[in-house]
Amino acid sequence: MCGIAGLIHRGRSSDIGAEMTSMLQSLKHRGPDSTGFALYGNAVPDRYVMRFKAAEQEDMKSGFGIQERIRERREEAESRLASLGATIENADPATDYSWRYVFSYDGDMRNLADYMEDIEGVEILSIGKALELVKDLGDAETVSSQYSLSGFQGTHAIGHTRMATESDVDIRSAHPYWAYPFSDVSVVHNGQLTNYWTLRREMERRGHRFMSNCDSELIAVYIADRMARDEDLESAMVRSVDELDGVFTYLVATSDRLGMAKDVMAAKPMVLYESDEFVGLASEEVAIRSIFPDEIETWDPYHGEVKVWQA
Amino acid sequence: MASVAHKSHDMGLHTEQLTGRTQQRFFSSSEEENFTYPWSFEVDFDNRAEFDAGPMTPTEVNLKIRELMKQGAGSITVKNPQAKHALGVGILNRLNLTFEGSLGYFGCGLVDGPNIRVTGRVGWSCAENMMAGTVVIEHNAGSTFGAAIRGGDLVCRGDVGSRTGIDQKGGTIIVGGRSGAFSGFMMQRGRMIICGDAGKNLGDSMYDGTIYVGGEVEDLGVDCVPGEMTENELKWLTAKLGTYNIEPACGIENMKKFVAGKQLWNYDNLEPAEKKLVL
Repeated sequence: MCGIAGLIHRGRSSDIGAEMTSMLQSLKHRGPDSTGFALYGNAVPDRYVMRFKAAEQEDMKSGFGIQERIRERREEAESRLASLGATIENADPATDYSWRYVFSYDGDMRNLADYMEDIEGVEILSIGKALELVKDLGDAETVSSQYSLSGFQGTHAIGHTRMATESDVDIRSAHPYWAYPFSDVSVVHNGQLTNYWTLRREMERRGHRFMSNCDSELIAVYIADRMARDEDLESAMVRSVDELDGVFTYLVATSDRLGMAKDVMAAKPMVLYESDEFVGLASEEVAIRSIFPDEIETWDPYHGEVKVWQA
Repeated sequence: MASVAHKSHDMGLHTEQLTGRTQQRFFSSSEEENFTYPWSFEVDFDNRAEFDAGPMTPTEVNLKIRELMKQGAGSITVKNPQAKHALGVGILNRLNLTFEGSLGYFGCGLVDGPNIRVTGRVGWSCAENMMAGTVVIEHNAGSTFGAAIRGGDLVCRGDVGSRTGIDQKGGTIIVGGRSGAFSGFMMQRGRMIICGDAGKNLGDSMYDGTIYVGGEVEDLGVDCVPGEMTENELKWLTAKLGTYNIEPACGIENMKKFVAGKQLWNYDNLEPAEKKLVL
């Protein structure tokens, strides 16, 4: 089933960490296996934030050796960043097995991402100037507490509560998906794409690489790819409604925008609240009401509808 | 009998007679109030009660409604429902029930007899399998509004999502605004009135029933065809919409009518037990 949620503040920052935690906790019943956040903070020019992990959560139960392997993987990651000319300015541990690095870099992002992913056990969750992607096993409050997300200041965010269906319960299969290796693009999705492999093969022939077998990742890469070819976000999303086959509702976020798209059958739910200052979207109204307890005017977007908002 | 059949045809109703045993016993309009649930409550509409649903779970809210009904309350106001799911379900009795706020998914489902008013919005599958009574939504509604309803009036003054009245088996669904794709999908009986625009595939694969639309129709689904509006239907539409103070922008006289082409028609009204006898 899965639950998705998004929010965007227009023209101001807010505690989007706490807000998204509240929304996703309200959607826990739609998917308790894992929870993910794509939070868009206040970007610093010429600086990238990379979130990565060096082990799965369940690996931590595999004895003393895992700590040593994680230390080696992290040292290798730092060594490779340095060899590519990246300058690490902050290296903060998020958990025992994941980190948040801030670094400056003016080289090719695909080279950097490929080189980092090449380290056994290392997975990049996101790279971006505004994007910070956090996902782990458990409900929203568990993950938010684990990664200290409350107090995270930013303009917009998307999130996901996952009921594992087509793949394992692990971090790699959790949403949101970063559009590897495009900076600052992330997607959450509720639905199924029936032409996943056809589109994936097309994109792989054009040089794209996929980190999972999840159809949601395809949407992220598809949108980022169209934008890299000078298409604006809304046009890329309108095209996606025609080219993606299946039933879906997805949210996509870039450094300064949030968008939603629904398939032509309108088979998957989405409730929308929009005011001059704020836009909230979720699979169920209870998620929006968790941060707006008073009565608000909401509605369901229609079939094939695409909407984009700017922060 | 012929004149009755002719009149029902003029009214936009199906022409075949219902012969199923339960249809005769429980759903005959000439046998009003012929069926009472054994656990029904005495109703005094002047006996009023209200409570705050804010701190309660959906189960607690529904149990509280039943408790108040058991105590004789005929008019209940539920404050602060906060879009919780499955509120006001399974009420098989006369009752005036008001939700001051919005409901989540599956609100007012499986009801048989109450008059329910929701001052806010409702999520997916409002009034699913409703049997009788009225449910009035003052704002918008989500998808599958009135799925499989069998009777009563289900009204949304605002816009509704896709698959409105999917598998509708009776009763009347009234939409004050627009409706989404696949409204009337596999509709079997009853009537649907959409005062605004209707989304794509209107009435797709409908077996029977009638759909009236005031605005533009994006396109018709498989086997849904335009029908000819009769004077009786215009009178009925005027009376029915007048009951809820709803009027389409185009005027009732300009509404369009859609029915099943019956090229896909493969529907019989024999009960399973009767089928066994015949076959």
